[in-house]
Amino acid sequence: MTAGLRAETTLIDVDAIVVGAGGAGLWAALELAREGIPTAVLTKLYPTRSHTGAAQGGVCAALGNVEEDHWEWHMFDTIKGGDYLADQDAAEVLAREAIPAVIELERMGLPFNRTPDGKIDQRRFGGHTRNYGEGPVRRSCYAADRTGHMILQTLYQQCIKAGVKFYDEYHVVDLVFEGGEANEGGRCSGVVGYKISDGTMHVLRAKAVLLATGGYGRAWRVTSNAHSLTGDGMSLAWRHGVPLQDMEFYQFHPTGIVGIGILLSEAARGEGGYLLNDEGKRFMENYAPKLMELAPRDMISRAIYQEVREGRGIGGKDYIHLDVRHLGRKVIEEKLPDITDFARVYQGVEPISEPVPVQPTAHYAMGGVPTNLETEVLADARGNVVPGLFAAGEVACVSVHGANRLGTNSLVDLLVFGKRAGIRMAQICKSTPQPGSVQGAERAVRDELLALSTRPSGVRPAEIRRELAALMMDNVGVYRDEALLGAAVKGIAKLKGEYANVRVEDTGSVFNTDLLEARELGYLLDTAEATAVSAYARKESRGAHSREDFPERDDTKFLAHTLVWQGAAGAPATKLDYKPVTITKFEPKPRVY
Amino acid sequence: MATATTVELKIQRFDPERDSEPHWQTLTVPVEPMDRVLDVLTRAKELFDGSITFRRSCAHGVCGSDALLINGRNRLACKLRVEQLGKTITVAPLPGLPVVKDLVVDMDGFFEKYRSVQPYLVASPVEGSGERIQSQEQRDRFDDTTKCILCAACTTSCPSFWAEPEYVGPAAIVNAHRFIFDSRDENAEARLDILSDEDGVWRCRTTFNCVEACPRGINITKAILEVSSAISAQE
Repeated sequence: MTAGLRAETTLIDVDAIVVGAGGAGLWAALELAREGIPTAVLTKLYPTRSHTGAAQGGVCAALGNVEEDHWEWHMFDTIKGGDYLADQDAAEVLAREAIPAVIELERMGLPFNRTPDGKIDQRRFGGHTRNYGEGPVRRSCYAADRTGHMILQTLYQQCIKAGVKFYDEYHVVDLVFEGGEANEGGRCSGVVGYKISDGTMHVLRAKAVLLATGGYGRAWRVTSNAHSLTGDGMSLAWRHGVPLQDMEFYQFHPTGIVGIGILLSEAARGEGGYLLNDEGKRFMENYAPKLMELAPRDMISRAIYQEVREGRGIGGKDYIHLDVRHLGRKVIEEKLPDITDFARVYQGVEPISEPVPVQPTAHYAMGGVPTNLETEVLADARGNVVPGLFAAGEVACVSVHGANRLGTNSLVDLLVFGKRAGIRMAQICKSTPQPGSVQGAERAVRDELLALSTRPSGVRPAEIRRELAALMMDNVGVYRDEALLGAAVKGIAKLKGEYANVRVEDTGSVFNTDLLEARELGYLLDTAEATAVSAYARKESRGAHSREDFPERDDTKFLAHTLVWQGAAGAPATKLDYKPVTITKFEPKPRVY
Repeated sequence: MATATTVELKIQRFDPERDSEPHWQTLTVPVEPMDRVLDVLTRAKELFDGSITFRRSCAHGVCGSDALLINGRNRLACKLRVEQLGKTITVAPLPGLPVVKDLVVDMDGFFEKYRSVQPYLVASPVEGSGERIQSQEQRDRFDDTTKCILCAACTTSCPSFWAEPEYVGPAAIVNAHRFIFDSRDENAEARLDILSDEDGVWRCRTTFNCVEACPRGINITKAILEVSSAISAQE
């Protein structure tokens, strides 16, 4: 036995591997099971702990159950909400396929709230409008304010029914490539899994590997994200030569619990909640007079910062109020029970009788591993595919969200593209031979893990993590400029240097969370670097990327997706490229609400 | 807000590679006014001892990773504020499940029981392209039991489970209830058969420990009684 690891390695052969068991991973696994493809799902948690379960407000689909709606309107809203950076063919797939995906979920058993005639009920949500922006539309299908929980449960239940093979609490610590890295024409041929309960290594070989590992909100100090959201899939792909796309676009959700970032769903505003400044005024009037509190998230987060800057935060402090009192006890308790509970437990505030203090919280990565519409990972700006590697959900960038995601579209994304991933992977598995041997593929990562747990002295991972989270919050937040971003790039490089000397105290091989958290910190540093470097290079303001030194959108220079590659041998990332946005139906226009 | 600046954190430690028996470690940990037990555990790990081991993920009571025995009761560490507990916080793993290390228990058996009740919708295919019709009243019938996050706080608080580890336990029954009373499901009979077994619902002694332990406020005992009644009605 060596520190943190056991010597033995197990080799496992399957046809398909799914990394991560949130909504995207589970739906992909379900499609693979339906096609009879031998599949392994690896998750560093238990599937039901995945962060899809934290999504609250609903999932949009133009069912038109309570008022007229069309997928074309949903498509338009998604594109405009994304400040015209979304690829319009992808947004079309999202909006069209949302409808059958939601119906299929209902048929799988998802307990949606119902209309008086027994159909799936729908409610309003930010940025979702009727007739190309005329006013709010009821498009969000919901199960109280625990829609994500019900999606996760329903998909997991169906996976159990279909006999999907799960490897619970296996932490995927590396990807395996043959014939070179992704940028050298190589093919992904498997993954290395670390079994958390006993420290053994497992090398799994497959024809198709799906990254469905979610985002990296833990790079920021105030975040709605779970502790487990550390950018694993993005970082592992990056280390193997895959570029990351549009990483500068990171969403701050406007209504997080002050200081700790836990989310109070947009459903509170969908049901009619107000945002008030210190003067008790609905300040969104000055920023988005038509949609008010249902404007897109990037605009509301900026508006809150603006109010705070101008001294109209509550009591002059850095937060404002979310007020649902006028909705009455019945609506609050029946339609918003979980977030009411959050306010009571975590703030000691009673939403029925008091306004709730809120501030923006780091929430969602619009960027990620670039893919085509079939979820195949792309190696470059020309659309060349990395054979064997797929990505879906928050880890991926198709791009459907462009520069800013609309509320509920994360769930739509993981349903539509999780399903597409499973279907495409099944096709590939049927037509592709198994890659060559993966024996010994764990050696590199084994050495890295050993270095972490046998170093005699060094910095604690928590110290670096704390510094990184503060730096990202202060310098790569809602408002940015060259000086802030330049300092962030330098600061992250410094922290990466310190990370080379990080040391874990736990030297055991059983459930060594100390070791795994140190490993995860490495992923966070990678994703933070990709974010800061991409943000520094984008000299315009678009969606969630707001540069005070370049306050206007610049379609001449920047109507393009950013791609950034990792630097060679630990050097900072300097290689960037841009690829054009796919425009089909809607020419870019100024974005007013 | 007047709050103590430190608490005594008493943690049950057990490392299977070093220890033959669990032992207690006491640390004096700085706290902030709005801290939850999870924050204190995390701080203890970060400041004093990186080997302190526990599960965590969402940190706001929806994922179910950090159910622990805290000051004698099963609760989620991320949902319990320190100021509700006084100066000493005693944290141990959930009772009745094998301890893997420190505060981490082996959950495989718990999930095995969950899977044993066929926790998934079984229904004939629907015609057409739309959703099934279900009234809001029909949907409300099983609303309470859809809230379960499978944290195991209920099952591991149950004296019947401690006495008879084969007992399927409250969490599995809750998840069976969620489907038995769903108007769309056609498999109630099979689930009721499973639960009428000697390790099924009859082991419930209505001590209400499960109801007190549930961080989601599910009326578990009521759900168990409804399942028992359905079995009786069937027989």
